[in-house]
This record gives sequence, structure tokens and C-alpha cells, in this order.
Amino acid sequence: MTTATALDTLGRLESEAIHIFREVAGEFDRPVILFSGGKDSTLLLHLAVKAFWPAPVPFPLLHVDTGHNFDEVIEFRDKVVAQHGLRLEVAKVQDYIDDGRLAERPDGTRNPLQTVPLLDAITGHKFDAVFGGGRRDEERARAKERIFSLRNSFGQWEPRRQRPELWNLYNGRHRPGEHVRVFPLSNWTELDVWHYIAREGIELPSIYYAHRREVYLRDGMWLAEGPWGGPRDGEEKLEKTVRYRTVGDGSCTGAVESDAADIEAVIAEVAASRLTERGATRADDRLSEAAMEDRKREGYF
Amino acid sequence: MSDLLRLATAGSVDDGKSTLVGRLLYDTKSVLADTLDAVHRASADRGLTTPDLSLLVDGLRSEREQGITIDVAYRYFATPKRSFVLADTPGHVQYTRNTVTGASTAQLGVLLVDARKGVIEQTRRHAAVLALLGVPRLVLAVNKIDLVDFDEVTFARIAKEFTAHATALGYAEDAVVEIPVSALAGDNVVERSARTPWYDGPTLLEHLESVPVEPDAHDAPFRFPVQYVIRPRTPEHPDYRGYAGQVAAGTVRVGDEIAVLPAGLRSTVTGIDTADGPLQEAAAGHSVTLLLAHDLDISRGDLIATAGQPPKVTDEFDATVCWLSEKALTPGARVLVKHGTRTVQAIVTELRTRFDEQKLGSTDAPESLSLNEIGQVSVRTAEPIPVDDYTKDRRTGAFLVIDAADGSTLAAGLVGAPLPEVDGVDSCTEGGDAAQPDSHALVSPGP
Repeated sequence: MTTATALDTLGRLESEAIHIFREVAGEFDRPVILFSGGKDSTLLLHLAVKAFWPAPVPFPLLHVDTGHNFDEVIEFRDKVVAQHGLRLEVAKVQDYIDDGRLAERPDGTRNPLQTVPLLDAITGHKFDAVFGGGRRDEERARAKERIFSLRNSFGQWEPRRQRPELWNLYNGRHRPGEHVRVFPLSNWTELDVWHYIAREGIELPSIYYAHRREVYLRDGMWLAEGPWGGPRDGEEKLEKTVRYRTVGDGSCTGAVESDAADIEAVIAEVAASRLTERGATRADDRLSEAAMEDRKREGYF
Repeated sequence: MSDLLRLATAGSVDDGKSTLVGRLLYDTKSVLADTLDAVHRASADRGLTTPDLSLLVDGLRSEREQGITIDVAYRYFATPKRSFVLADTPGHVQYTRNTVTGASTAQLGVLLVDARKGVIEQTRRHAAVLALLGVPRLVLAVNKIDLVDFDEVTFARIAKEFTAHATALGYAEDAVVEIPVSALAGDNVVERSARTPWYDGPTLLEHLESVPVEPDAHDAPFRFPVQYVIRPRTPEHPDYRGYAGQVAAGTVRVGDEIAVLPAGLRSTVTGIDTADGPLQEAAAGHSVTLLLAHDLDISRGDLIATAGQPPKVTDEFDATVCWLSEKALTPGARVLVKHGTRTVQAIVTELRTRFDEQKLGSTDAPESLSLNEIGQVSVRTAEPIPVDDYTKDRRTGAFLVIDAADGSTLAAGLVGAPLPEVDGVDSCTEGGDAAQPDSHALVSPGP
């Protein structure tokens, strides 16, 4: 038994996230957690497990699968789902491309294509609250996001019509067909996430740590070969020691050169980094000044 | 162990608030190279020769197009001494609701004024809103000090005027600090300025790093809104029944006598559970699960409180509301009140006063309250709820007013919480009605 001491920064962030999970469990009928196996969604699930312990997490999981996956991440995803005895729904972008509802983009990236399968899954399963791992420190448009973010029946974010969010009293009321995106990690920074993963000993897919991989350079990012394609003419394949700072669609997620093979080394690297995780590793966020805002308005995470 | 300071910024349009926040992020090296490159590019595209630091924070397309901040933005930065969560709230008069939002969780308010203009009505109103919401400490950044030639006399006059205003709002003198800065040039934001040799106080960042953080209300009477009942019904835990929630105020210990409200049931705490193991005690801010000696009918919406000092359970109370909706409030309005984890139907039976933002006084018995107006009302709820006075407890004295029809948030509600009244400003009741009822007394922010 221990006695109560004042909570430190990580303790406060954990307590806030647990409070948010329990609010949603108390007020919504059909919540779901977006879960890809990446570090933010793994952290999200870890916090959900703690919020309802010793009872199981009372929500299913949803993965919007671009089909451009890293094998290590999918294996990890399935292992974690089995370990917690949870139900995983998978909405596949590939199904939409196969039957013509979506068309492959000229640049080959599938991140923007996730929006339609996501919205269809939300409508089809009648999910009314959707947990995402988004953080406000990631990007300028996300900095204006609420913890409870109301979406209309088209899944759209309307920044000028957001509800004021006061104290820790969250207003999750919505009309039929509308839903609420919930972001328990809103107030975490990338460094908080890594410090917490270290403190809690949370397992992550191996590709977050340094490993040898064949990569090629495109637009200043180290991309790996995969079902999405490989090097073009003039792009040379090299074996390098790399790791991933974010894990998304394989076609547009870059690796960073790194020797950080364990959690302490990763924390030291993130603390010293002069690039944001999205700027360093996500081609899709480099499209325009308002790329993220535009995707969010369309119903993206 | 690092600690966390939550602060909110407020200022009028063109006071340079986004630039100040951008400067804080920039000079604390919280802006990474790729973000900065984007700002350099965007500034050059706009024909500027130096980077426009406000572009770091104005995140929405329309904000950048109009050069204004529309919505509350949350910013994160850290120094070796402290982590900061900064709510950057827009100064547009029509967006005062965002100041209320930012202030609701802030431990410190940073107000900006333009040194050429000094303390204006908007400053007074923002300070009054921060005081009303119980923000314990204020900083006045006297910005654009370069545009008054770093004049000590100008700064001293503004500082004196602001301290007088803040004191009238109930702030102790040591809870208020004024700092001469130039957000654009960086003077006294992070780096000490050689151009204000007469100023011997801290820079803004030094102050943010060293200002005492008000502790959570650990010593207040224990309050615990029940969020969720945890009943695993698994082979390992067939009979487990725990009440999950976050301690809103005070401290709970195993063995404490508690009351369950509004029903008034009594029991004893037999355990405080977390996924990391049992605790002997838990204090404000901690998310835990309580186990009780008796098998009681407790569900979401109930409040567990110390049996010795329970809150008042009532279906009628007075409150201050900050009206945040374009739909005006009129007497007799039927609304929902969300208090803690309970939502009840309610009627606003009476509008008692309206705070006048121009005169900083109050009008009695107004016909309505509209967007951005603050007033005192009487509320009757369909069922009794356990309430504390907001000035005693920010968490259990707060409530939301919600539109039952469309679910929108109409107002921030503060139980009791009298309107701020300012010395030297007459009540705007016409006809010279000098008598002020007790409820017009000053609000006392913080502990």
C-alpha cells in the first residue's frame, strides 16, 4: 500500500485520460477505439485497460487498414487484441479500391483514402463515440481540437461551430447520425508519450526501435519497399540503420536514421530532435499549409 | 519531479498575443526546425521580411487569411523547470466565450495590453472574467514597450492602474505581476532586455517558471462524482463492485465515513483501487475506484462526499452564468444542467442581474442575457443536486447549461459565485440606486 502524493505531470495526464474514458463509458451507447497497433493507439488501449480494471475494456476496436502495412505492426496488433480478449473490426481501403468505390491516387498514398471506410464503419456499426490517439501538439489544426469533438452526420469537423469545453465537464450530446470523436491524449506531447511508455513498460512494434532495413530516399524521406511500390529510376536502395517515429500508410511514412535501439535511447533522441514527428516522417502532411485541417473537415481522424 | 502550470492568455485584437505566444515557443526552442521553415516560407509568401511568429499559433485557414485568432488553441512547452499547457484565447469581443473556456482550467492568466493604449475596457473585462472563473494569479504583459521608447513612466502608470483594478477584483497584490515586453523583438519575454534598465523584475518566462502553482484542493472537503460502476463478473472477480471516478476535491482515506448524495446514504470506504494496486489514500485529481462497506444502490451521477462536511443538497440555487450561445436566455427557460456526472432538467426561474461589460457594473432584473453576457440567475432543478459554492470549490461549484433540444452548450454556470464589481465604477442602475445587495460582493479568487 502506498499513500497519496501530489501527481506529477505523467500522473496528471494518465488520470485525465482515465477520466475521459470513464465519461464516455457512462454517457455513450456504442463507443469504439481506433486501433492500428501504432504507439499512440497502443497507449490509448493501455489507458483504457487501466480505466476499467479489473473489468475488461467495454469497447471494441476498429482499424482502418490502408493495405499498406508493416508486417511487424499487424502481427503486434493481432497479438495485443488476443491478449486483451477484445473484438477488432477492420475496415479495408483495399475492398473499396477493388470494387471501385475509391480510386488509387496518382501518388500512391492511401492515408487520405481512409476517410470513407472510416465513416462507413462508424455508420454501419452505429458507433456514437470514436476514440482517437490525436494529440494537440502534433499539428496546428489539431491544436484547436476539442477533447470531445462533435462530428455531423457526414463526419465533418466544423471548427467554427465547436462547443466551448469548460472545466472537465464534457458535453457529449449529439443527434441521431452524429457522433463524437474523443481524444484522451489531447494534452500529451510526443515526449510525454515516450516517457510514459518507458515508465509503464508498454510493448510496442519493433519498428519503433533501430533496426537494419533497405530504404531509398524520396523527397528527403527514407521510404521502404513494399506492396505500395519501391524505388523509381534514379532512386538507389541502401541498407541503413533506421527506426520509425510514426507508423502510418507504408507508402508515405518515412523512417529516420537512428541508432536508438531501446526506450532510453529513443527518449534521448526525441528530446534532442529538431524536427516534429509528422514533419520528419509524413509526406501527407507536407501537401499544403492546411493539409490536416482540410482532411479533418472531410471527416479524417 | 516536474510540475505542470496551466495558463490562459487573453488580450484585445492587435495586442500581439499570438506573436507573444509564438515568441515564448520560439525562444524556449519549443518550435522545431520544420515548423519554423514552414513559418519562414509562409511569411515570405506574404511579403514579410521577418518571420511572422503569429503563424505558429493561428492554425486555421481563415485565421491565417484574416490575421486573427478565432478559436482557443492549446500549446505545450517545457523548460527544465516546468511543463506548460497554454490556452491561447482570442481577444475578439464576440469570442469572449473562449476566454471563459481557457480560464476554466487555468492556474494563471496572462493579459496583454498595448503600451500605447494602456488598460482598456476589454482588459478590465477579461480580468473580471478571470477573477470570476477563479484563476488564482494574473500577469499583465505590457506589450509593444518599444513603441513608447521603453518609457518607465508609461509602464509604471499602466502597472499601477492594473494593480488597482485587480485588487478591486479581489486579487492580493502578490498575485499580480506586470512585465514590460516587446513580443515582436523579444524584450523581457525569455531574454532580459538591455533596453529596460529600470525594470528589475523577472522576464515573462522566469515568472512562469517560478510562480507558485496553487496545489489542488487537497485540504477541501472530499468530493467524488461517480462516473461508472465497475462490475467485472468474471471468475476472478465474481462479486467486485467498485465506484470509478476522479477525486474532485479533498482527500479520501481507507476507513473514511462517506455520504452518497443526493440520496443521503452512509457507508465506509473499505478500499481505494487502481490498476497499479490499492492505495491507502487518494487526493484531488486522482482517478481511482472506491470500494464501500455496504452494498448500496449507487450509480453514475451520484456524488460520494465526506460524511462530516457534505455539500448542500437542493433543487433551488442562485448562480452566475456566462452566456455562450447566440440563443438568448430569458426567464422561464427550460434547460439541462450538467453538474459533476449528473445531468438534470432545470428551469431558469429568474434573471437577477446582468454584468455590464461597458460600465463594469450590474443591471438588476434584465429581460434577457445574450451571447458573451454574464449575469446572476435563479435555477430550479427537477431533482435535488449536491452543490458547493464555486468560490469554495471550482470543480463541484461548476456546471454546464445545455440546450435540451439540440444538445449545444449554452452557458458556463458557477454556483453562487457573485459578479465581480469594480471600485470606482458606479453601478449602472439608473436613478442612483446606491444600495448594493450582499450578493454583489467581490469574488475572491483562489485560496
